[in-house]
Amino acid sequence: MTDQQVQNKIKTEEYFINMGPQHPAAHGVLRLILTIDGEIIKNVEPDLGYIHRSIEKMCERDSYQQIVHLTDRMDYLSSHINNEAVCLTVEKGLEIEVSDRVKVIRTIIAELTRIASHCLWWGVMGMDLGALTTYFYAFRDREMINDIFEETCGARLTMNYNVPGGLMFDIHPNFVKRTKDFIAQFKTKIPEYNRLLTDNVIFHKRTKGVGILTREDAISFGVSGPVARGSGFSSDVRKHHPYSAYDRVDFKEILFTEGDTFARYQVRMMELWESVSIIEQLIDNIPEGEIKAATKAVIKLPKGEFYQRVETARGELGVYINSTGNKNPYRVKFRSPGFSNLSILNHISKDVLIADLVATMASFDFVIPDIDR
Amino acid sequence: MTNEDLQNIITGLGTDLEFTTEGSEFLNVIVPKEQLHSICSQLKSHPELKFDYAFCITGMDWVPALGVIYHLNSTEFKHEIVVKVMVDDRENPTLDSVHDIWQTADFHELEIFDFFGIKFNNHPKLRRIFLTPEWEGFPLRKDYVDEANMIIK
Repeated sequence: MTDQQVQNKIKTEEYFINMGPQHPAAHGVLRLILTIDGEIIKNVEPDLGYIHRSIEKMCERDSYQQIVHLTDRMDYLSSHINNEAVCLTVEKGLEIEVSDRVKVIRTIIAELTRIASHCLWWGVMGMDLGALTTYFYAFRDREMINDIFEETCGARLTMNYNVPGGLMFDIHPNFVKRTKDFIAQFKTKIPEYNRLLTDNVIFHKRTKGVGILTREDAISFGVSGPVARGSGFSSDVRKHHPYSAYDRVDFKEILFTEGDTFARYQVRMMELWESVSIIEQLIDNIPEGEIKAATKAVIKLPKGEFYQRVETARGELGVYINSTGNKNPYRVKFRSPGFSNLSILNHISKDVLIADLVATMASFDFVIPDIDR
Repeated sequence: MTNEDLQNIITGLGTDLEFTTEGSEFLNVIVPKEQLHSICSQLKSHPELKFDYAFCITGMDWVPALGVIYHLNSTEFKHEIVVKVMVDDRENPTLDSVHDIWQTADFHELEIFDFFGIKFNNHPKLRRIFLTPEWEGFPLRKDYVDEANMIIK
């Protein structure tokens, strides 16, 4: 029999398989219901809520200072940036202008957070594709950032360093020196990362041309962050709606047009250099100033709606606060980057191999609590 | 484009539209629910508006009305508006789905259905996405009571 005759004789049928909720590639509790025909994926249906804590409902009960602490637990790899988003929204409502010192420190720590997050992503992306070494390289360097955070505010991951009106306390005397030491060392590590994984032929074959997302789809599906920029959609909140100290630093928005897994990978790798550059521009000139603007013990926002967006390591985080003038918000909505980015997964995973879905998911850098909230 | 220019164009797209900028940094357009789909599709296709990026879709309980807030942005012109739609029926609230205009609405409408119980006509597959299928009630509604799991101060 010829191959074609064999093909015609073998009958296949579609069936369901659960990927997750405990799957290594999901990095958390995400369940994907796959409809597959052999190794080919026909449909991906995400089933969420395994780590849903109803943070939005809890916010309606809590004061504005308390809400800040809840946001750590959404995208825990961007915890400082999430805190900043809520603080900026509350400051917008109260019409408080924080000092330049606060703005610069917030920006430096946000960029350190971004580097730490991208390091972790790079490590697990390699691991998802079978290259275990990357994980240890990345965690070695990320550890140094966590040590800086620990010295600054006591916490390594869920930082709670921001409060409405400024920062909880001033930076540690060692902060500037340790950050500079880290940057000097990290600049020698990025080329090492590239030698280890970026230039690897097997890695190219697993990622190039896989999971292609077009610019039109990225916009329509509300995709943001490095995933959108890998498809040529200019969506960097730091550029389009500058907040904190981003309007006084010079940095490039990294854009690639291929839209495949490798493009998304390259966006993040080059963003590491941009984050390093932003920190270098600010670290020697942290202005003097007060660390916290005066706020009342019980914060009451005026009646109205307040919206603020920031660029987390995963994309655009929007905070919508609807206030009726009380000490609790009437409604809080977190527009999380992960939830919108996840919605594209079914669209770009049709008729691909299961292994390619793993590569695509790795390049999306999902943090499940950010999706579930 | 300024908010006045936006208001002048959008006024021509439908009838009985209300505009306000009070208490918000954006121009708010309140749309009657019957016209939601037609206004939204014109907002996207109009050559001078081109609102192609729905960056935030929020469910709301205004008591007694339920509703949805759409934050829209044009990636070409960079202008932004907020569209609001309300539905008074709390027993069986129904709105038209806009997932065919902005595909991101597919997931966001699932979230709103899950937490507010608003049903969306023509949605491809309306289901509980976060909560379990047998969950009773809609937690983000203001009149939701769950004595076992909620701490009420």
